[in-house]
Amino acid sequence: MKQPRLLREEVILRVVSKALVPLILLFALYVQFHGDFGPGGGFQAGVIFAAGMILYGLIFGLANLQRVWPPRRVELGIGLGVMLYAGVGVATMVRGGRFLAYGALDPHHPVHGQHLGILLVELGVGITVASTLIAIFYALGRVPPEPRG
Amino acid sequence: MSASILGLWNYWAVIVLMMTGLYIVTARDNLVKKVMGLNIFQVSVIMFYVSMAKVRGGTAPILVEGEETVLYSNPLPHVLMLTAIVVGVATTALALALVVRIQEAYGTVEEDELVRIDDDDG
Amino acid sequence: MSEHLPILQVVVPLLAGPLCLLLRHRLLVRGLATAVPLACLTIAGLLLHRVQQVGAISYHIGGWAPPLGIEYRIDLANAYVMVIVSAIAAVVMPFLPGHMGSAMVRRREHLFYAIFLLALAGLLGISATGDMFNAFVFLEIASLASYSLVALGRHRRALVAAYSYLIIGTIGGTFFLLGIGLMYQMTGTLNMVDLAHRLPEPMSPGTPGSRTVLVAFAFLAVGLSIKLAVFPLHQWLPRAYAHAPSAVSAFLAATSTKVSYYLLVRVVFSLFGAAYVFDALKLDRLLLPLSIVAMFAGSTAAIFQTDLKRLLAYSSVAQIGYMTLGVSLASVTGLTGGLVHLFNHALMKGGLFLAAACYGMRLRSSRIADLAGAGRLMPWTTAAFVTGGLALIGVPGTAGFVSKWYLVLAALEQGRWLVAVLVVASSLLAVAYVWRVVEVAYFADRDAGAHPIKEVPPLLLVPTWILIGATVYFGLRTELTAGVAEAAAGVLWESLR
Repeated sequence: MKQPRLLREEVILRVVSKALVPLILLFALYVQFHGDFGPGGGFQAGVIFAAGMILYGLIFGLANLQRVWPPRRVELGIGLGVMLYAGVGVATMVRGGRFLAYGALDPHHPVHGQHLGILLVELGVGITVASTLIAIFYALGRVPPEPRG
Repeated sequence: MSASILGLWNYWAVIVLMMTGLYIVTARDNLVKKVMGLNIFQVSVIMFYVSMAKVRGGTAPILVEGEETVLYSNPLPHVLMLTAIVVGVATTALALALVVRIQEAYGTVEEDELVRIDDDDG
Repeated sequence: MSEHLPILQVVVPLLAGPLCLLLRHRLLVRGLATAVPLACLTIAGLLLHRVQQVGAISYHIGGWAPPLGIEYRIDLANAYVMVIVSAIAAVVMPFLPGHMGSAMVRRREHLFYAIFLLALAGLLGISATGDMFNAFVFLEIASLASYSLVALGRHRRALVAAYSYLIIGTIGGTFFLLGIGLMYQMTGTLNMVDLAHRLPEPMSPGTPGSRTVLVAFAFLAVGLSIKLAVFPLHQWLPRAYAHAPSAVSAFLAATSTKVSYYLLVRVVFSLFGAAYVFDALKLDRLLLPLSIVAMFAGSTAAIFQTDLKRLLAYSSVAQIGYMTLGVSLASVTGLTGGLVHLFNHALMKGGLFLAAACYGMRLRSSRIADLAGAGRLMPWTTAAFVTGGLALIGVPGTAGFVSKWYLVLAALEQGRWLVAVLVVASSLLAVAYVWRVVEVAYFADRDAGAHPIKEVPPLLLVPTWILIGATVYFGLRTELTAGVAEAAAGVLWESLR
């Protein structure tokens, strides 16, 4: 892994990305949770979040990024997001609605149920998308293991 | 006749992109370039859906207070393409991961060389 | 809960996949992965039972009514397919952990099971959904999972096979997507029932939009033909099945092409209707010769293979020819033959690939020459292989006979004597390639220097024999498969209109 070390020595890159990464992550959260009222949503937010993380990884090295997001935790995130999504679906079924009929989450105020449902589902999407993209980055940027024949 | 041909320029763009992609997939030996061709091929279909959804003068389908009648483009194809993009990303990622593994196992990503190595193996 | 069965059929494996990532513990993951296909099989069985009683079931996801919402629509045809898919997944399961040779897989077993369950979820989703775009998404989920499963083969050639499978499969999937887009452009709907109503009636060339519908059909048919490996588009199949782990080959050969066949039949008969496809387009004039060429070319290629799995894969190309022959005969009897063969071929080829997996485990090779002496040393496995081979040939008393009987019947119904004769003649080619294996296994002596082999443990023999036994059982009791297939063919034929 020669390249990351070289990038880390570039002062401009280091300073700019250090300033940008928190903003990118914040913007990701905005897109995630404002998706309820305006354009946005889990998929876009997940991509932006992962982009911020990948930028960090490119500048400061894979090893540093993996200290923040160990591969195992990323793997858990992939599963957790899908579970959250499908879990909402199962919860609506348990509550007597159809699969993913969010209104059933709050029988007295279906609109509240819809808010809650879409929030959780989008959160699940966001977690999974961000984790998946980071996992792809890890998979393609890893140090090659022993060859096989 | 020429007006209708030019009027359908978005389809021409789709066809050109699609054929470019297919050509790269079939004609290139480099596995990474094949993946790029595949991407161009997939993008052509995404362009097709999105251009199909466009309504002249239409805007994003967002409710604005005070304005009851908003002319908006058909949002459904956009949503579908969001999913298709995800599929495309997954395909690309898997293809590249396979290319990395092929490079590790064979030491090359050129198709003709891979065929030669496999033939030598018997 | 019984009203939720259509969605549970898909959600259970779809949830179990990521759950494997969270559990990680080997025993828990194995237990989950064994239980899920059994649960799917139960659900599919219940659905089939209910559909037989009350007719098609519609499930509205999110409570949104079709055609706006996504609908899961279960009728006889797809309930039948889902039973096969879940049954094969359940039977193949014991083979998965032990047989996967590479150390990488054993270290990260939970990932393997997650992919396998995703493939299962994708295949069941394609069958269950009543929405074309949803079908595309599940098609790609199943395909992506299959590419990664193929890449896990022991030899490095598996990687190249998976790569070319991915390229050609993605082209097929994208064609399918383009076809959906053109259909949507013409009708403004993605729901299958709604599409069947709205697609313009079989029309003369002058009608507005007729050409778009024609192009849509062409893209859908070619895209699905790639996924199904219809004759000239079959090149990916032998490579992928030959290099994938044997148990994965068994699963994919028995399910993946079958589900693509179902989707093709659904598009041809239910969406566009036989009148359009066969009377107006004359698709049979193209598909019939291709099917017959597939039967002969696939079987002939199988005869000349030196590798057992590759032999079985080429035989699959030929058997897919029989299934598409059923479509191209353009009659309910023909379609029944195709659907019965879908079921029977899943059993036979699944069983044969599992037998190949048993050989692979002991012989550590899939070369036919290395089978020498296996008839004596691995009697049960070889007996299973021979029985499966007889079914492949279509000997009376086996399942293969039933499907070929229907195909011959359908050909004779239309007075196509030549087609009937060719179906029988191509079966003789199957004798040749099955005999090649039998000859080596029973009549050749094992080299003195070769490593000793013995029969595989019952854990692997029992699943193999469940499938092989089923081919005999359904060969004798035809009313179960043929009865359901005939009713399903009737449902498909009537189309959704």
